Amino acid sequence: MNAVTQSQHTVKLTAIPQALEDPTWVRRGLIFITVGFIFLFLCLPLSVVIIEAFSKGVSAYWDALAQPEAQAAIGLTLLTALATVPLNTVFGITAAWCITRFEFLGKSLLTTLIDLPFSVSPVISGLIFVLLFGAQGWFGSWFAEHDIKIIFAVPGIILATLFITFPFVARELIPLMQEMGSEEEEAALSLGASGWKTFFLITLPNIKWGLLYGVLLCNARAMGEFGAVSVVSGHIRGLTNTLPLHVEVSYNEYDFVGAFASASILAGLAIVTLILKSVLEWKQQRERGY
Amino acid sequence: MSILLSDISKNFGAFAALDHINLEIPEGELVALLGPSGCGKTTLLRIIAGLEKSDSGRVLLNGEDKTHEHASHRGIGFVFQHYALFRHMTVFENVAFGLRVKNKKIRPNEAAIQKKVHTLLELVQLDWLHDRHPDQLSGGQRQRIALARALAVEPSVLLLDEPFGALDASVRKDLRLWLRNLHHDLNVTSIFVTHDQEEAMEVASQVVVLNHGRIEQQGAPSDIYDNPSNAFVSRFIGQTNIFDTAEIDQDWLKTSGLTLAKTQGQFAHVRPHDIELVKSADLAAEMGAYAILKDWQHLGSLIRIELAGKGAQPFNQPIYAEMPNERFKQLQLNRGDKVAVKIRNARWFH
Repeated sequence: MNAVTQSQHTVKLTAIPQALEDPTWVRRGLIFITVGFIFLFLCLPLSVVIIEAFSKGVSAYWDALAQPEAQAAIGLTLLTALATVPLNTVFGITAAWCITRFEFLGKSLLTTLIDLPFSVSPVISGLIFVLLFGAQGWFGSWFAEHDIKIIFAVPGIILATLFITFPFVARELIPLMQEMGSEEEEAALSLGASGWKTFFLITLPNIKWGLLYGVLLCNARAMGEFGAVSVVSGHIRGLTNTLPLHVEVSYNEYDFVGAFASASILAGLAIVTLILKSVLEWKQQRERGY
Repeated sequence: MSILLSDISKNFGAFAALDHINLEIPEGELVALLGPSGCGKTTLLRIIAGLEKSDSGRVLLNGEDKTHEHASHRGIGFVFQHYALFRHMTVFENVAFGLRVKNKKIRPNEAAIQKKVHTLLELVQLDWLHDRHPDQLSGGQRQRIALARALAVEPSVLLLDEPFGALDASVRKDLRLWLRNLHHDLNVTSIFVTHDQEEAMEVASQVVVLNHGRIEQQGAPSDIYDNPSNAFVSRFIGQTNIFDTAEIDQDWLKTSGLTLAKTQGQFAHVRPHDIELVKSADLAAEMGAYAILKDWQHLGSLIRIELAGKGAQPFNQPIYAEMPNERFKQLQLNRGDKVAVKIRNARWFH
């Protein structure tokens, strides 16, 4: 309530003409709805996660996380992120470079295709890999002959995550590089810089905050992805369970502390991501005021 | 270094940006590529720099074929219309960039870089700004830094793409003269692109007029002004009155002084300063080539007079005449006065 009166005060100070001001009941109503919504669907679930995780005490919380299955799930999640994020960073930069710097046939098609993982249900994304590499899949028999396991194993999880997260970096960089234009790069070339030097000395410093932002979002999704990974993983405890899958398995087995303890890690990741995201946005805005 | 362009063509889809361009630029010249927007002048400049590939033709620098040489190996300095300074670097680092990215074997040491950059910054009179970032500079300062940056690698050719296009009028005027003097001191072969004919005439030692991807005329500024080779150049360079002999009243024509015996085309192009006015009260008969004075504008030492020539121009297009201030005062002309029109000189085009 204090905040509301304060904001009213500043509104009066900046002297918005009476005609442009909404009636008090409209403003208060809208603020109430927004705050209520955020409380009901964001704060409440988040606190339930924390409360449930610590419902049997702090030691139970740590015990749950110290279980070998939980440890394995954390390890696999980190491994997945470690494998997919660098690959998709490189892919994102390459794609953004192609799209913003070259003219070629099918460019708009490529731009649309990059968005595909966003528009396809994650379950379908996972299913694609099962159909390709599963026992009955197109390439399944070849891989089986060579004793390579992809589906229901770590490679499948990494592949599915790779597919789900590849738009993040590219989508962040394309508008940024379009707005920047290529004149600075051309200037560097005409001054005798090679392509690599131009990229590392001119392009990269200009896109670094946007790039980090894309990497951050990519990482958050890589660690949190459930649907696609669930299809290809096979839920083998201690082997192919990532953290989100571990939450589900634990919950289904009535191990509430275990489920919510793992969930609290993911929630913590989300909060850290959110904070870093705001910092990066702020940095980016400050540097783009050129 | 001399530049030779041989049979350069460039198409963007169905649009022919450059149509078989042949151009030779001797060493040490300051050349203006002049033309209306979309005439292909910037494309031509970018092809010389290697920032754009031509569809056909060759680029020769000092007799060496550089057509397939990468932009970073051509030894050409390029100055962009919007400066293209590296926004994350200080002024000093911007100018030093070309020296720092040199191959280890030929890269000067730090002391040499320091010395060279400060010398260049003094040359453009901006050494006191060396630790600023580009966003803290004015447009004119940015363009001078961009020029210093291009000069740091001692280019054999300097290319400037509308270098003053983004600057306001007074800064532009100063920088034009400054560029001319700088060129005089450095004597590096330079080409600059402009759509402003006044700028081209004022700065360049040679002007190349482009239109629709073709070269219309090349020559010294005075040559192009006095002897335009076709109707486009005549219209584009300076102001011109165009009289269509098919539409014009024949009596008007005869008495105006246009010598029809020497007619070499349908259209007579007459410069405003080639039109002489005589106050009508001096004439006995109000016949032949007379006009009504509509309005006038002060252009400093000159007065531009707007006339409505009855029978001379279809659709009542105005005729423009120019005369020195003193002469205008002598004539004591007022709006609505009748004046006799005498044409001293005309150029004929088909």
